[in-house]
Amino acid sequence: MSASANPDFAIDVKDLNKHFGDKHVVNNVSMRVRKGEIFGFLGPNGSGKTTTIRMMCGLLKPDSGSGTCLGYDIRRDSADIKRNVGYMTQRFSFWDDLTIRENLDFVARMYQVPGRRDVVQKSLEDLGLVGRAGQLAGELSGGWKQRMALAACMLHNPMLLLLDEPTAGVDPKARCDFWDELQGLAARGVSVLVSTHYMDEAVRCHKLAYIAYGKLLAQGSAAEVVASQHLSSWAIIGEKLVQLQETLRQQPGVEQTVSFGTVLHVSGTDADLLQRTVAATVAHQGVRAQKIDTGLEDVFIYMMSRSADNFGDRP
Amino acid sequence: MSRRNGFSLVRWWSIVRKEFLQLRRDRVTFAMIVGIPILQMALFGYAINTDPKHLDTAVISADNSDITRSFISAMKNSDYFKFVGQLPDEAAGRDALNRGKVLFVVTIPAGFTRQLLRHERPALLIEADGSDPIAGASALAAVNGIAQSVIQKELTGPLAPLAGSPAAFDVEIHRLFNPEGITQYNVVPGLMGVILTLTMVMMTGLAMTRERERGTMENLLTMPSTPIEVMTGKLIPYIGIGLIQSTIILLAARFVFHVPFFGNIGAVYLVALLFVAANLTVGITFSSLAGNQLQAVQLTVFYFLPNILLSGFMFPFQGMPKWAQALGNLLPLTYFNRLIRGIMLKGNGWADSWPSAWPLMVFTLVVMTVAVKTYRRTLD
Ligand SMILES: Nc1ncnc2c1ncn2[C@@H]1O[C@H](COP(=O)(O)OP(=O)(O)O)[C@@H](O)[C@H]1O
Ligand SMILES: [Mg+2]
Repeated sequence: MSASANPDFAIDVKDLNKHFGDKHVVNNVSMRVRKGEIFGFLGPNGSGKTTTIRMMCGLLKPDSGSGTCLGYDIRRDSADIKRNVGYMTQRFSFWDDLTIRENLDFVARMYQVPGRRDVVQKSLEDLGLVGRAGQLAGELSGGWKQRMALAACMLHNPMLLLLDEPTAGVDPKARCDFWDELQGLAARGVSVLVSTHYMDEAVRCHKLAYIAYGKLLAQGSAAEVVASQHLSSWAIIGEKLVQLQETLRQQPGVEQTVSFGTVLHVSGTDADLLQRTVAATVAHQGVRAQKIDTGLEDVFIYMMSRSADNFGDRP
Repeated sequence: MSRRNGFSLVRWWSIVRKEFLQLRRDRVTFAMIVGIPILQMALFGYAINTDPKHLDTAVISADNSDITRSFISAMKNSDYFKFVGQLPDEAAGRDALNRGKVLFVVTIPAGFTRQLLRHERPALLIEADGSDPIAGASALAAVNGIAQSVIQKELTGPLAPLAGSPAAFDVEIHRLFNPEGITQYNVVPGLMGVILTLTMVMMTGLAMTRERERGTMENLLTMPSTPIEVMTGKLIPYIGIGLIQSTIILLAARFVFHVPFFGNIGAVYLVALLFVAANLTVGITFSSLAGNQLQAVQLTVFYFLPNILLSGFMFPFQGMPKWAQALGNLLPLTYFNRLIRGIMLKGNGWADSWPSAWPLMVFTLVVMTVAVKTYRRTLD
């Protein structure tokens, strides 16, 4: 065990950097995941989530930076990390030309899982795939592939799960079941780092980190992340919101407008200025405005567009 | 607490099993395993079976008697030789051979008949262009029979005592341009090495790149496996394939091409095993060097060509320039050609084989080390 490792943290990485060519894909990312925590990893596509996760489990060597996973040094002890971590890749990476049972059996053998046969059988039962165990993995639909992949990466009872967009393309009911299961695992002390695009999943995480263009912009509980951006928000409810959104965008104090169909969220960092602007607008347009707590989604959109302005390669 | 990740038999076996399972479902590869040897044998075998007749032959006759005339006409009657003319001397004969004007020059030395009658066992000389061994082989094989029939026919009456054994005269055959006398029989065992090189290197070359292209490499790298487990585990099924292919070729050699077999069948399989192992390490190295399957195939072809040209399969090894021999000495096929020809055609035993066997073992060890070193443990 690394001398500097803090036993409270399942993941503790500092100042990770990674370049691909001259592209700085991960930029000074530091992250701490407590044991038994479900940690949500959010950010737009191409922001460096997968690359960060791969560095944590030893699949990529960081250009600089250091850290531990389950107390093992991410540079030195990748063999130990591999034995103790369950990593679910973003892209389905099991063998299409093996059956479901053969895939699970292979994984169980590779991790030398005790009582392999029973563990695999139990896993198939939990998945509800006993009847289709002889089917080739390549013939499964997207949702079933995800479930099989998740089952496979948990066969060896890892104490840390790294899940890279595990629910992409999975129907809502299955996603809900999946999160119930994660919550159960966390309660048993398993730590989970999960990258996702879904807001309803973000709110179910104990902690969140938001990354854009390789930089970690915020980290903490949902409330902390929201508070960190000092946004105040108003909800505007009424008709003809599309035109209203256009007008509001030009007004002083309005930094962001997000339309949720019949509701328009308006946010800005100067609360007083925003309040005056909203009040003036509402008076003229005959719509209802109401002060709300800034939501996670407002904050994420705000961070994403701000980072695009700051570091994004604009055309 | 960080344990060293040592070799695990359990993990190794699970990789072996996985490869077998995948191979069983891979129809294309399966077709390749059986199809390539059969196809190649059919192609080359066609060339082997052609039994060319009426080959251009010149005579240098310094002695003209009933017996020599009878010998020449017997050669003509055999249909193998077509006499295109008389040449004045040995220099002219050499010249004709060098220019490829004739394939054979028959020299009847001065005083041949006189020596024959004196029981001095003179010799006729046949010089052959050996650079096309397949063309000349059956013709030359017929010469002894021709000589025998001339003796039976001509040495009658008062000369009859000459006809007894030992033969009244000899036929000396000089193969030019191919002193090792590579004959059609050499082609079949040589073909075994060529086929094994092509299929073994190609198939294992694809083994790792396939995982990388399908994205399964990321999964494999996530698991606690060591490079040596993955690489050797992936090679095992191909050893079996190599032996199956060897069997197909040996059966064809025996029953289709009637290649004589003097050696020990166990020894044949043993050297085949050594050779297969050597090629598999080359393939798996290519596999980890190549970025994709296309590059792996290109590397295979790049490796295959010198093997064909410099190993003694195509051209007699001793006839090659020194630099080519030096290169050839680095190739496993060179050693395998010597081993398999020696065992099959000459009945060589262990002592004769050892000088060509140990280089194969050294090659395998060195290249396997390179393979393990080039294995990428990360996705970088
Ligand atoms: N192996 C690689 N080689 C070159 N560029 C890469 C590689 N992997 C990822 N990238 C680039 O790095 C950036 C971050 O990718 P990624 O970590 O996959 O983001 P995310 O998972 O957040 O969508 C992207 O622009 C992607 O194109
Ligand atoms: Mg990703």
